Amino acid sequence: MLILTCPYCGVEADETELQAGGEAHIKRETVGSSDEDFEDYLFARQNPKGIHFERWRHVYGCGKWFHVARCTNTLEVFGTYSAQTTEPPQDIRDKISGKRPGWSWGIFS
Amino acid sequence: MKRYSAFAIAREALRYHSGWERAWRAPEPKKKYDAIIIGAGGHGLATAYYLGKNHGIKNVAILEKGWLGGGNTGRNTTIIRSNYLQDASAAIYEKARSLYETMSQDLNYNVMFSPRGVIMLAQTHHEVRGYQRTAHANALQGVKTEWIGPQRVKELCPIICLDGPRYPVMGGLWQARGGTARHDAVAWGYARACSDMGMDVIQKCEVTGIRQDGGKVVGVSTTKGDIDCDKLGIVVAGHSGVLAEMAGFRLPIESVALQALVSEPIKPCMDVVVMANTVHGYMSQSDKGEMVIGGGADGYNNYTQRGSFHHIEETVRALIETFPMISRLKMLRQWGGIVDMTGDRSPILSKTPLENCFINCGWGTGGFKAIPGSGWGFAELMANGYSPLTAEFGLNRFKEGRFIDESVAAGVAH
Repeated sequence: MLILTCPYCGVEADETELQAGGEAHIKRETVGSSDEDFEDYLFARQNPKGIHFERWRHVYGCGKWFHVARCTNTLEVFGTYSAQTTEPPQDIRDKISGKRPGWSWGIFS
Repeated sequence: MKRYSAFAIAREALRYHSGWERAWRAPEPKKKYDAIIIGAGGHGLATAYYLGKNHGIKNVAILEKGWLGGGNTGRNTTIIRSNYLQDASAAIYEKARSLYETMSQDLNYNVMFSPRGVIMLAQTHHEVRGYQRTAHANALQGVKTEWIGPQRVKELCPIICLDGPRYPVMGGLWQARGGTARHDAVAWGYARACSDMGMDVIQKCEVTGIRQDGGKVVGVSTTKGDIDCDKLGIVVAGHSGVLAEMAGFRLPIESVALQALVSEPIKPCMDVVVMANTVHGYMSQSDKGEMVIGGGADGYNNYTQRGSFHHIEETVRALIETFPMISRLKMLRQWGGIVDMTGDRSPILSKTPLENCFINCGWGTGGFKAIPGSGWGFAELMANGYSPLTAEFGLNRFKEGRFIDESVAAGVAH
């Protein structure tokens, strides 16, 4: 059972209380974007075996969306953080670097 | 290769079984092959087999990082059916189902195909309409299926409880020629036939890089050294994203865990496959007597080959409502496989941005039933650059908005 701490209400929630929302920090394309960029935005995913930043919703709790840094290979959770950001906060990145030196995920490292 | 036959069994019985030979060779990789297939699961081996059998390309290596058929080929619930909604899906799944009928003879290997029939239960009014629509679509596609009422469901599967209470059985979509097969035997049979054609099935050989030159694939790097090839087929299910990254492109795929479990063996009580998509559960009885149960997939990306416990609980809880007699069954084993899910729940059999590199992935929760059809079409695509079976399943369909939407027919259970 995956247990994540909701950064808004502080509850330690079992995954049955949450809903997974897929990859985080996807750049939204809009009017004027190329077909390729739109395809990437809508469908292409990093789907890494390793560090993954993703969206979750505390659906049976406070209802807020938040972000999680997690390893898809070990299910280790590095931390949760607010959804009101376009990139992972430095403390989360540092924490990952401590355990997985040299990691990268898309444009972040 | 010595053929398996009743005569061979009799002959070996008379000489203490000393004459059986290895079913396939365990060679070291050569420097170069005409084609390399990454992944010795059902789809990869079937691709290699049809490359040799239908297209005469026999200088082929099939590379496997683990052991033969140890991924999703050995982890599924072995259901075979072709009652899909869209024409492109019906074509490839029906091709696969028909090839399963003669597979044991073709491969000279008993895959224990058992066309015992598959019922997909309708337990809501929405599902009744959905399956009636699928039955009509199947009639137009030449796939023999039938809408049946609840009493017929009860006749076919006496242990079922029609009354619910939460989800009464209101009928079902019946495919009499669907069924099950022994999944390991499918991989073993193809491997034996490939090896017999002179192909190299190389286990414990992990691909660590895909080498390219001027936008063209030239070979792979592996834990057993570099191997060159003219054409490359990536057939690795859950790890497709990892291989695609090595090749330098991204896929519209996310990998999640799907679980299954089997009970202790009991006396024969159910000779059809029953799928209950509303409650996320499906069940059949193996030849050993175990009840083979599959459930829903996890919602989050995962490569661990084990899923979340609550899915087992939900699956079993739902099945007990539909089959009250299994409530005291003990479960023997539970396991997970990593399935590669696309947005439209249809597979990708396609050329890639890297020339001479092809990919066969995205089968999600329903790949086993498609193995021979997938191999047939993908081999044709690799050999000729085009196959009518795979034409609709290209990577470009996402960009062009030509989805093959099977999320209703296939999104939950397989």
